[in-house]
Amino acid sequence: MSVTIYIPGDSGSLSLGAEKVAKAVETEIAARGIDAKIVRNGSRGLYWLEPMVEVATEAGRVAYGPVSAKDVASLFDAGLASGGQHKLSLGDPEKLPFIAKQTRLTFARCGITDPISLEDYEAHGGLVGLRKAVAMAPADIVKQVTESGLRGRGGAGFPTGIKWKTVLDTPGEQKYIVCNADEGDSATFADRMIMEGDPFVLIEGMAIAGLATHATKGYVYIRSEYPHAIVAMEKAVKVARRAGVLGKSVLGSSQGFDIEIRSGAGAYVCGEETSLLNSLEGKRGVVRAKPPLPAIQGLFGKPTVINNVISLASVPIVMDKGAQYYKDFGMGRSRGTIPIQIAGNVKHGGLFEVAFGLTLGEIVDEIGGGTATGRPVKAVQVGGPLGAYFPRALFDTPFDYEEFAKRDGLIGHAGITVFDDSADMLKQARFAMEFCAIESCGKCTPCRIGSTRGVETLDKLKQNIEPEKQLALVTDLCNTMKFGSLCALGGFTPYPVMSAINHFPEDFRPAAVAQAAE
Amino acid sequence: MVMQPASTELAQRTAAVISELKSLEGPLIPILHGVQEEFGYVPQETLPIIAEALNLSRAEVHGVFTFYHDFRHHPAGRHVLKVCQAEACQSMGSDAIAAQIKQKFGIGFHETSKDGAVTLEPIYCLGLCACAPAAMLDGEVIGRLDADKIDEIAEEIRS
Repeated sequence: MSVTIYIPGDSGSLSLGAEKVAKAVETEIAARGIDAKIVRNGSRGLYWLEPMVEVATEAGRVAYGPVSAKDVASLFDAGLASGGQHKLSLGDPEKLPFIAKQTRLTFARCGITDPISLEDYEAHGGLVGLRKAVAMAPADIVKQVTESGLRGRGGAGFPTGIKWKTVLDTPGEQKYIVCNADEGDSATFADRMIMEGDPFVLIEGMAIAGLATHATKGYVYIRSEYPHAIVAMEKAVKVARRAGVLGKSVLGSSQGFDIEIRSGAGAYVCGEETSLLNSLEGKRGVVRAKPPLPAIQGLFGKPTVINNVISLASVPIVMDKGAQYYKDFGMGRSRGTIPIQIAGNVKHGGLFEVAFGLTLGEIVDEIGGGTATGRPVKAVQVGGPLGAYFPRALFDTPFDYEEFAKRDGLIGHAGITVFDDSADMLKQARFAMEFCAIESCGKCTPCRIGSTRGVETLDKLKQNIEPEKQLALVTDLCNTMKFGSLCALGGFTPYPVMSAINHFPEDFRPAAVAQAAE
Repeated sequence: MVMQPASTELAQRTAAVISELKSLEGPLIPILHGVQEEFGYVPQETLPIIAEALNLSRAEVHGVFTFYHDFRHHPAGRHVLKVCQAEACQSMGSDAIAAQIKQKFGIGFHETSKDGAVTLEPIYCLGLCACAPAAMLDGEVIGRLDADKIDEIAEEIRS
């Protein structure tokens, strides 16, 4: 009987040597005359165990990791092909605590299936949502998405169904579905994992959005820093076209829908939806003033749904299992699940999908296992470069849009960067301003000039030049940026800066600054 | 200002890229990517050709070309090493890693070594934040960078 061996091909695993492992496995299979097939799956998201090799046995899948190329021969000696014991054995991957504790709805197939096999996708519950949507009236699809409570996973948390309703209700010959895959926030990689590990779920979500709003054309705008995701999506779109999922008729329905993959060009600000639309149109990626909303005048001035990858990839499960099923997960106004990305200086870094409501402390200490360096956790930045730094004292904050807002933070795209006690928060605050200066589109003054002045002011503070005055100045500047900027780049840069100042004042005190300078 | 007449060969290669992509909606950025792929950078002389083909002003094309970090004004080295400098990598010592790399090749960010072997660039996030610090060499991703991996990179660049 032929054996199937799974070796992740996502860029995270590749960065840890998965390609060499795959080559070594191929060599061993040939040399030993084993009847085996290699599948390059996505990652399950346990990056401290990647590359994690799995074998499908009669008793289920058996995992090994982290595997390096030099382990491969000994793995085969130990009987890898039949799930034999080895020092890298992890047993049944589903029973690993990091996986067992999750609720995988959006990521149900990621790391399990062959990303470019539509048969595998369907065998694991794929296309059920789209088939149901094909048989429904657009308004009913929109209603179901609205009732699920799904909110934009890109960071803003705007209800997805309401966006769709606006597009449905706006008349237009041509409408568009635009997928924002410009995942530029540090600590986030959920979009990348879905596109590389289960691209059909995104395609299915976009097709449903098309049916729901009468949009016939979709674009996936993927950042150029993700070349592997671009290749994976292009392959999957071709497969979906051949199978009639995309094209002139979606699964035999009267409506057509097709998708085109576009590459960004290295501008962080293009993750902001209106900049992204300008970029797709072939313009400078500057922010547009709203109104008009993109839902009314979006891409090329046409009604446009613009959603994040995870928002769209969560739609198939909502259509498949129903609004109530999805809504039953979560807390408060944050319904469903959220793929939390645990990153940076952390022992167990990776992707953890779970219902809203876990506390930050549970995520960092219990699931993440503390720092990789073994030193105490000093701060965690939640929500990427525009998110606040949280100290240990706020680790009781539940993972929920509103609860984080109450504490002057944001969950953003749900990335968490852990820092140990060697972190210098003045340096981090300065970086936030510097990053804003590098990436500002230049349209509004608070962001364009404020960020540069912020760097200068924090540099003066570092040099101990009238420190109290600099602190007052930077606080005032942050206030101006927060309320005067056009978009979240300038508007949210104050979050990391002010949270660093407020929660870690010792790093900004003249004495500490003077000592650090010595 | 009088533009140097573009060489016929350059004009032909640019026109080939344009004709392949012109029918897309909003074709300018795909065309700039295509031109960069063709020449290794975006030669100034291609901008008026693109502008004319898309019925845009040269200023518009110049504005788009200079807005995006990806588009090169000069040819890069034979290898391009992008080192992540964003927060998740910072938390794992990317500053020190970048310093080691700069010392190793004797160049700073946005510079190309004298022998033309390597161009060094900062990058803000490769999505390898649970495998930090990370880098990308000619499109190949490298996670958990350390001194040994920097040596391997150097070997590949010099070979």
